Amino acid sequence: MLRLLFVLSIACGSWLFSGDAIATDTYQFDDEVTQKRYQSLIKELRCPKCQNQNLADSNAPIAQDLRRETYELLQMGKTDIEIVDFMVKRYGDFVLYRPKVSSLTYVLWFGPGVLLVIGITIVVVLSRRRSKNKKNIALTAEQQAKLNELLKDK
Amino acid sequence: MNKMIRFIPLVLVVALGIVLYRGLSLNPQELPSALVGQKMPAFSLSQLQKPEVTLTEQDLKGKIVLLNVWGTWCVYCKYEHPYLVDIAKSNRVALYGLNYKDIREDAKQWLIDYENPYVFSIFDPTGKLGLDLGVTAAPETFVLDQTGTIRMKHVGPIDTKVWTEKFLPIIETLEAEQGAN
Repeated sequence: MLRLLFVLSIACGSWLFSGDAIATDTYQFDDEVTQKRYQSLIKELRCPKCQNQNLADSNAPIAQDLRRETYELLQMGKTDIEIVDFMVKRYGDFVLYRPKVSSLTYVLWFGPGVLLVIGITIVVVLSRRRSKNKKNIALTAEQQAKLNELLKDK
Repeated sequence: MNKMIRFIPLVLVVALGIVLYRGLSLNPQELPSALVGQKMPAFSLSQLQKPEVTLTEQDLKGKIVLLNVWGTWCVYCKYEHPYLVDIAKSNRVALYGLNYKDIREDAKQWLIDYENPYVFSIFDPTGKLGLDLGVTAAPETFVLDQTGTIRMKHVGPIDTKVWTEKFLPIIETLEAEQGAN
């Protein structure tokens, strides 16, 4: 149990700190809100070349370009939705680390929930059946009498 | 009923195996392009060898066009170069270059040192048009139809296999469309 807790705490720790990798380029922002928006956008957007990294983590040339583009679009006063749309129009839904809910992604979004419900149902059904079986194990009065008789003989 | 339940794990493992086995042969770099079916994005950039000439998307219209994204820094561009020369000589398509994030003098020298397969190359030093085209790296090649609509995008170098399996079918379709009009 203790070991499990230890493993869990390490897993949580690495998850908490994983978002803190810092891209090498520095952009100047007029206000803190825009800077926060920039930071969250480059964490949400995925690098199209180095596919398991977001724009913030990657130093591939294309990630640098997309960070610059994000910065420029923010400076132009675009909203977050407009910037995300700009990227999706060019690189497809693939650039989103949180994919949109569409008929293509239903399995992705609702699959885990459905599997969980199926799992719970199976567990409940099996445990119910087992407790029912236990009741059936109890001997009838007749059987009990016969058993007692058999045991007496010995 | 209970006997059937015993086979459920086996069925699940086989299903998982099939899914994972299929995954082995998929190339994750090959993304569906968001631009297929869209018009060539608008641009206004200079020609690589003639800086005074300004090119726009209108210059790519009217023919079956191959737009090849290349750069002198790109190793695979050298690999596909002889194939591009052959394609240009076949005269079936108009081959244009998009010189992507490069230095003008280096790129001009590259075309002299090897051979220039392109009708002309668009010079895009900042990668702005590349970004509008959803380019992630060179080489990439776009197929445009006569109206300037992007019909296919290929990521990676072209060779004989890629050409016959991926490009020829779409080019034949486009030629048929052209014949019908």
